[in-house]
Amino acid sequence: MRYFARKVGFFVLTLWAVVTLNFMIPRLQPGDPAELMVQNLVGKNAQLNRAQVEAMRDLLGAPSGSLFSQYWNYLGQLIQGNLGISYTYFPYSVAEVIGMAFWWTVILVGAVQVLSFAIGILLGAFAAWRRNSRFDTSVTVISTFVGTLQPFWIALLLIYGLGYGLGWFPTAGGYEASTPGFNGAFIYDAVSHAFLPALTLMIVTPIGWILGMRNTMIMNLGEDYIRLARAKGLPDRMIALRYAARNALLPSVAGFALALGGVLGGTILVETVFDYPGLGRLMGEAVGIKDYPLLQGLMLLTAVVTLVANLIADLLYGILDPRARRAAA
Amino acid sequence: MSSAQNPVLPGTSISPAEPPAPEEQAAGSDVADRWYRVVWSSKKARVGIVVVAIYVLVALLAPVIAPYGPTDGSFTPLTGPSARHLLGTNVAGVDVFSQVIYGSRVSLLVGLLGGLLATAIALLIGLVSGYAEGTVVDDVLTFLTNTALVIPVLPLIITLVAYSDTRGIPLIVGVIAITSWAGAARGKRAQIITLRNRDFVTAAKFSGDGTLRIIFSEILPNMTSLVAAAFVGAATGAIGAEAGLAVLGLGSSDSVSWGTILYQADAAGAISQGLFAWVFVPGLVLAILITSMAFINFGIDLLSNPHLRED
Repeated sequence: MRYFARKVGFFVLTLWAVVTLNFMIPRLQPGDPAELMVQNLVGKNAQLNRAQVEAMRDLLGAPSGSLFSQYWNYLGQLIQGNLGISYTYFPYSVAEVIGMAFWWTVILVGAVQVLSFAIGILLGAFAAWRRNSRFDTSVTVISTFVGTLQPFWIALLLIYGLGYGLGWFPTAGGYEASTPGFNGAFIYDAVSHAFLPALTLMIVTPIGWILGMRNTMIMNLGEDYIRLARAKGLPDRMIALRYAARNALLPSVAGFALALGGVLGGTILVETVFDYPGLGRLMGEAVGIKDYPLLQGLMLLTAVVTLVANLIADLLYGILDPRARRAAA
Repeated sequence: MSSAQNPVLPGTSISPAEPPAPEEQAAGSDVADRWYRVVWSSKKARVGIVVVAIYVLVALLAPVIAPYGPTDGSFTPLTGPSARHLLGTNVAGVDVFSQVIYGSRVSLLVGLLGGLLATAIALLIGLVSGYAEGTVVDDVLTFLTNTALVIPVLPLIITLVAYSDTRGIPLIVGVIAITSWAGAARGKRAQIITLRNRDFVTAAKFSGDGTLRIIFSEILPNMTSLVAAAFVGAATGAIGAEAGLAVLGLGSSDSVSWGTILYQADAAGAISQGLFAWVFVPGLVLAILITSMAFINFGIDLLSNPHLRED
């Protein structure tokens, strides 16, 4: 029980740290957000009009009072799901804007993550089992090289080759011809638009799983219980799958959640390149037009999603591996 | 990015590499065991070192090698590859080949400085936390490390950099470093815990050495290979992160990097205009550099894990 309490406790503390960090980031910057905003609207070098700035301050619900009361206010707003108002999508709130993009990314990243995990684990386990074989060597070398490629660059190449060159897939956007809704035409439209972004991520994301699984599995194959299993004359397949692979899988469960943060990071660039209507492109956009509330809302959301995924993975890990519980107690 | 682009590989960070026993260090006069020979013995590391050396040369000799200046916009804009312009020209009429050559300076500089700074932070936090294992100091630092480990790095870097109007290399290096030390700090904490109770540390304690002295002059020398590996890893991550930021338009405003070249290419619709080289080459040189650095790390791993040496 202590293990689970610790994990939940850590989750709450990290959540608090992330929220506080997010509160502090704009306050660590020089300049007044309302002034910046007006400046962006009227142009860089134009004279600032006091009245405009004041009006903007009111509009943004400008912070007032001591830092502590601002902080208290901020927490209260957050609990109600209020992330502020987007500068660009005014009068929509940040939460609404994020809500529109949310599912695009969740479906894309979700599908990619599950597939990557399955492919990576299988390839990694097989490479470890046939260690130093031609298969193992090619998997390791290719993974090492592909792992160093930048996702946005792969995206650009795919657009060039499969998009413009062969004309197989649309190269930008999330859908075009159909109206959004649960019908065949729209789903086909959306899937064909999602294909290239998904393919880009699918080239990069399994790499971590392949190499991680291979290493853990090789380590496990050197353990005594494998030697014992061999001595007992158990069939190779059974040793590989039921013994070594199963145990090697455990650290990957914990890694799954951590990797999510990386995938979300990579998605920003990939979605930007493909102009895919998800959270990543939104972030790229928010950067370009200095929509700070939106930027911060996205940052907070990404962090919270990763934290929750981590908590789930930790709890799952504790259930699957009693040693983890004992070690933490 | 990796580092950001290239997060700690799942499952690999959990086991700290077996540190070399102090006796082996003492026997370092044995020629076969010199560190550079061990690193050089790996074919991959050899390739990596040679390639990175070439990059360093290109960066240093950029003004000699590049046919034109990196901002010299006196040519016809948006031309394809030709004998005069190997990779064509960009919207502003700048020779892309010259930009790629000068771009190596930014990547190497960001890698070097970002790697050094991130490693220094990781070392400090990891060492202090590990040495003080079990105390409040350790709890706080471990909490800090674990938190930094789970916050997605790239969105945080983007948010921090987006606020700044002037984006020089120092800002980008600083932001990358303060967001990407966590994985290495955890590794160092794990290793110092295994080293802390060795006999030579106990001996140093009994002879009255202070804590700082023990950490830095007794324990640290035994972790050199881990520190080196962490540096190469952090440098690689920093290079990737810089490129990613630049692709989003958040690159350094006063210098050309491979990421900014890609940003310009994407913004100018290079792909739809068939200017393939403009997009292909900057990404390729970036990938080759990062691969070479990963190869060097294979060699450094041989130092800390002698089991790997039979290649």
